[in-house]
Amino acid sequence: MTTTTTAPRLSWEERERRRTRRDAVTSWTLLAPSIILILLMVGYPAIQMIWQSFTDYQVRHKIQGTTPEFVGFDNYVKIITRSDFPEVVVRTVGIMLVTTTLIMLLGVLVALLMTKIGRGMRITVSVGLLLAWAIPPLTASVVWGFIFDTQYGVVNWALNSITGTQEWHNHSWLLNPWTFFLVLTIIVVWGAIPFVAFTTYAALGQVPAERIEAAEIDGAGGWARWWNITFPAVRPVLAGLLILQIIWNMKLFTQVYALQSRGGIASETNVLPVYLFRQGIGEFGATSAIGMLIVLIMLALSWFNLRQMLKEEDE
Amino acid sequence: MTLLAPKAPPVVAEALTTRTIRTGTPDPGPRVRSVRMKVLFNVLAAIVFVCAVFPVYWMINLSFTPGDQIIRRDQSLIPREPTFVNYITAWNRPAAPGQNDFAGALQTSLIVVAIVVVCALFVAFLASIALARFRFVGRRTFIVAVLIVQMIPGEAMIFTVYNLIDDLSLMNTVWGLSLVHIAAVIPFTIWTLRGFVAGVPAELEEAAQIDGCSKQGAFWRVTFPLLAPGLVSTGIFAFMLSWNEFAMALLLMKDQNLTLPTWLNSFQSATEATNYGAVLAGSTLICIPVVVFFLIVQGRMTGGLVSGAVKG
Repeated sequence: MTTTTTAPRLSWEERERRRTRRDAVTSWTLLAPSIILILLMVGYPAIQMIWQSFTDYQVRHKIQGTTPEFVGFDNYVKIITRSDFPEVVVRTVGIMLVTTTLIMLLGVLVALLMTKIGRGMRITVSVGLLLAWAIPPLTASVVWGFIFDTQYGVVNWALNSITGTQEWHNHSWLLNPWTFFLVLTIIVVWGAIPFVAFTTYAALGQVPAERIEAAEIDGAGGWARWWNITFPAVRPVLAGLLILQIIWNMKLFTQVYALQSRGGIASETNVLPVYLFRQGIGEFGATSAIGMLIVLIMLALSWFNLRQMLKEEDE
Repeated sequence: MTLLAPKAPPVVAEALTTRTIRTGTPDPGPRVRSVRMKVLFNVLAAIVFVCAVFPVYWMINLSFTPGDQIIRRDQSLIPREPTFVNYITAWNRPAAPGQNDFAGALQTSLIVVAIVVVCALFVAFLASIALARFRFVGRRTFIVAVLIVQMIPGEAMIFTVYNLIDDLSLMNTVWGLSLVHIAAVIPFTIWTLRGFVAGVPAELEEAAQIDGCSKQGAFWRVTFPLLAPGLVSTGIFAFMLSWNEFAMALLLMKDQNLTLPTWLNSFQSATEATNYGAVLAGSTLICIPVVVFFLIVQGRMTGGLVSGAVKG
């Protein structure tokens, strides 16, 4: 009796063990292309960047095939103390804070508005938002650049018409860094609101209607209903959106670059990625150190997001 | 709404009441006020619509306006003397001497996008099956690695990636740029597709196997067709990233190999103040495929963040 029961159990364990091994082999075979790709295109450049940031690697080393010298933290010290890097960091964070706040606030308001209007109007607004969302960042920057054009821009024309003067003709919006950032903020916020509005609107649709009705019957006003029922329900979605916006708005490149080439002063309007780009090819040691600092800043900002995603993964 | 009107606290409602007090007419009551709120919301919605659409409208408007009409002192809401000449100029004229025209840039962009979509989907699809269908040692490590890779801003590594592409002798080739784009989309594609594969219950496959299907047959006949929407969504994501990507294309692609964004950038700088209409015609053409794809996937774009997030 005992032998007949143990024998199949052993073979079952053996089968299970073999199956596990076969699964592992299959899995890693399926993962191999991704791993190779990530190691080649992300892992290798990342290691190169770490190593080069501690050397005086320049384009001449690359051409002559000579080995660069190890310089320790020299690149980092130089960037943080002597160059305009700290100013660029402050500017980047400032623009990120302003754009993110505006995007979240206006995006949620548009989503709430969409719940209050009729079906026909809602579809109209959705189509409009979808169009704004679909426009590529570079195209959007080009078009907004024309709208704010010095000579033939519709904004200057409108301001002339309103004030009844010609004072705004030849007014440059991009030359002054502050109005440059105003135009930049408009472009970024205009392009980002649709995503926030649509996502929030979808989340609002999942809030159980009975709960809102119950609160309504209990006499809760609109404000009370929002803070006690709707907001807590959509908070996870809003938190996710907020983190995405923070990350995206720290990495603005296209819009800033395009506006600069239309008449902005680069040295006074650079944000981190554009600042790095404008260093150009040559001083690979220094650009690697700047890259490292950007990675550290971004990882610090997205650390919370990463932990959140891992927690969800474990559940 | 009627029930709540007396307590409704938004500033708007207050403003309406103040106005009734000021004008001296008696409070019109909840129903009238609710009608007024409705009107107000619709007006706000119309403003949102106009703000969202105006730049797009203005781009199309100017793209059909002849150059000499654009540089007039007064503006017109509809094209004066509408013409296709801007589109013809944009299509045929090199961005700058020695560079390609729109048709050439379109060709380069299409090749890059095709390579990116096909390769990224294939590679990510394999990985997502492993992650969603098998339990193995190192699975969690791989997921953590993918997440961390996604957090690393590619913008920071532009010059090391530039050197890598140079070392691989892929500078100024569609393959070099495609590799960069594939690497940029792969973490997101793996992550999204994994969700889609996990969403198809393994029991479906098992049922097919019990009915006499082979394991592979069950996968291709049962699971794969159910994954089509996921593949379409992720494919379109990859398409748009590659179609719009600017910084690396600017660094890697030169002369006759410009992609559409770099072509537009070059064309704009070269024709500054001389041919606004053609630049905006080029912009309009670049937008068309993206707008079409957005209309196709509109419902799914927000799905990832929302599904289950509210109730969970």
